[in-house]
Amino acid sequence: MKEIQPIADDHQPSGFFAKYVWSLDHKVIAIQYSITAIFVGLIALVLSALMRLQLGFPDHFSFIDPSSYLQYVTMHGIIMVIYLLTALLLGGFGNYLIPLMIGARDMVFPYLNMLSFWTYLVSVIVLIASFFVTGGPTGAGWTLYPPQAILQGTPGADNGILLMLLSLAIFIIAFTMGGLNYVTTILQARTRGMTLMRMPLTLWGIFIATILGLLAFPALLVSAIMMLFDKLLGTSFFMPAILSLGENLDYTGGSPILFQHLFWFFGHPEVYIVALPAFGMVSDVIATHARKNIFGYRMMVWAIVAIGGLSFVVWAHHMYVSGMNPYFGFFFATTTLIIAVPTALKVYNWLLTLWRGNIHFTVPMFFAIGFIFTFTHGGLTGLFLGNVVVDLPLSDTFFVVAHFHMVMGVSPIMVLFAAIYHWFPLVTGRMLHTGLGKCHFWVTFLGTYAIYLPMHYLGFLGVPRRYFALGDTDFIPDSTQALNAGITVAALIVGLGQLIFIFNLIWSLRRGKVAVANPWQATSLEWQTPQSPPVHGNWGDKVPVVYRWAYDYSVPGHKTDFTPQNKTDSESLLTDKGGQG
Amino acid sequence: MNIIRQLLSKPWLSGDDDITESYNQMQCLRVVQTQSTKTALVFFLMVVTVVFFLISITFLSRSQYPDFTALAGPPWLPFSNPVTLWVNSAFLLLASISIGFAATSKPNNESVGQGRMVLALCLTGLFSCLFLIGQLLVWQQLTASGFAVNGNPANSYFYLFTGIHGLHLAGGFIALIRVVISFVKHADNERLTANLRLCVWYWHYLFIVWMLLFALLTATPATYKTIALLCGF
Repeated sequence: MKEIQPIADDHQPSGFFAKYVWSLDHKVIAIQYSITAIFVGLIALVLSALMRLQLGFPDHFSFIDPSSYLQYVTMHGIIMVIYLLTALLLGGFGNYLIPLMIGARDMVFPYLNMLSFWTYLVSVIVLIASFFVTGGPTGAGWTLYPPQAILQGTPGADNGILLMLLSLAIFIIAFTMGGLNYVTTILQARTRGMTLMRMPLTLWGIFIATILGLLAFPALLVSAIMMLFDKLLGTSFFMPAILSLGENLDYTGGSPILFQHLFWFFGHPEVYIVALPAFGMVSDVIATHARKNIFGYRMMVWAIVAIGGLSFVVWAHHMYVSGMNPYFGFFFATTTLIIAVPTALKVYNWLLTLWRGNIHFTVPMFFAIGFIFTFTHGGLTGLFLGNVVVDLPLSDTFFVVAHFHMVMGVSPIMVLFAAIYHWFPLVTGRMLHTGLGKCHFWVTFLGTYAIYLPMHYLGFLGVPRRYFALGDTDFIPDSTQALNAGITVAALIVGLGQLIFIFNLIWSLRRGKVAVANPWQATSLEWQTPQSPPVHGNWGDKVPVVYRWAYDYSVPGHKTDFTPQNKTDSESLLTDKGGQG
Repeated sequence: MNIIRQLLSKPWLSGDDDITESYNQMQCLRVVQTQSTKTALVFFLMVVTVVFFLISITFLSRSQYPDFTALAGPPWLPFSNPVTLWVNSAFLLLASISIGFAATSKPNNESVGQGRMVLALCLTGLFSCLFLIGQLLVWQQLTASGFAVNGNPANSYFYLFTGIHGLHLAGGFIALIRVVISFVKHADNERLTANLRLCVWYWHYLFIVWMLLFALLTATPATYKTIALLCGF
């Protein structure tokens, strides 16, 4: 009988290119994904700074015109949501952590995994290419609503939108290749003893988010293909009979609302594709740094599954003002409020994990606690917007911008920072600098509140989103300009604050304190590899056997305050003979 | 149910009684590989199902708009008597049957079994190609008789559906060629049979989807209206 685990020697790399470029190793692919995602994320960050400059100090920057402003809005949104967050959480952390946490040597389809990254890179290149074509990138807003997305008058209506749709289609192909790998690996390659209910919550989050992605991204693919048909072949799937720039177009009777339904059937699960891995990772960071088992593990798993299921029946709460049947609004408001139940349950469980824990105020823990704040605030404003009557006046105002940035912008990014500070020693063998990390945390945490708290008030006042300039609008007082300027200053400080993080990453890579194996004294398998950082094949001669769940922290009667998953009771229990406290 | 039992387990209670539960079924590398491919295929077919399902939903919704003219109904419409589509369906059915034969023939060093399998695989390739060529001919006939892609939403959907289904078939074809090449390289009979079984699923799935699309695309306006009413459009 052959060994049960796929043997890594099948693709032992030799030479620089095989090792670092055309690598089949999940860890290298994860780093490739992460670097690419962070790179495009920085582009999106610069775009947001440009937007804020225009909003805070209008008429000062001649290179920002209404068209380019809309292009910044669009590209910032789509890059952040899809090309940064989805790719970094699943392509980056998913790739790195899945095989290590389940005790496998690699993904079950390493070649497909590599192909997934390179296809993702192509999608990024196509996306970035749209900055350089005639007319620039599309300025249709990240939701790309027809009819305006493909009509003259919208920036990038000739080439930008085509490249955007093409890039999205390529991204979805890349994601599907990666996603099939993640799901299959979790289901089929778990090591001996690693039952589903012994998996760390990080894996549950990634697992369910990947299934959501596999089932939701097709909606975006379908809408992208159908819009390409409308643009290139003159079909009328989404395009109504329309008069544009004084000219009757050939389109007849299509339905833009149909596009909105398709888009949000993808768009809302997308929120959870980003949130669920973040929920999982933050649970592990909190348990590890509070030296306490996660409160309500089963409840946490069920909540992830329930949120995943419910996320498919709430999409039209993004469309209350689209003119759909009012009864739909009632239905979707109800489901939206229901989804708050498992979500709130998770927040309570994080708090109860911290309660009376032995909290270590490390940098990952700072970010994890910061996440609980930002997520709770973002989630609560979501309850406002989930109600039709409250949403109607707030729709398309800065209140919505503030809400979704808190809940799916800042919150997952807080977790990403927590995760990077937490797993950096595993990946590189060096610790990130603590002082710089704490400085980075406070600038980011306080800065985001300085940005988004006032933004809610702008929304209450009725300041609309996606406007290049407000002009003379009677109901908006002049003081909003001062608030906008303040937000811009805060945003620029937070943006610059990220340089501390980038510097810390680069500096620590060479000069950081050398990390001991398992520096946080964590229990999950990724920290138990024979070499740290783990080498190709992860586990040396023998894959680990799992004897317990991932949260045996501070268990009475155990030798240490953490008992790794691969330790048997006889190795970990205090006995009269060999025990010590 | 196993999954429910798993979700109800209490992982904080230590004990290695259930250690082997998830693992003993997988006894060797080959089984892991085959099961993984099977799992991945199931998820892939789920993804494809969502694609077709969503386009079908938009089709049914779009069919209730006034500018929609179905492709079947009165005798002058192209699919009131869709002979070519029936012929194409027969090709796909034959491809599906022949790949079934290929997967069930035993190639273990028996020249008869091997010959039967090669023949069945050749027939699968032939019938699949004939199906694709047949679909292209239908496109040509439609365009020639004035039913262009942008003429009417019903036409647009026909081209869209059949185009995606054709790409789906072409993808399966590439996978089948890879299976054959891998067999020629490694001569692993068991792996070949296991992979061919997955190809059988794929081709059967292709056929079922095609039959559903066929029914949908050649239905009459009255049928669309009934389904749309049932769906609440």
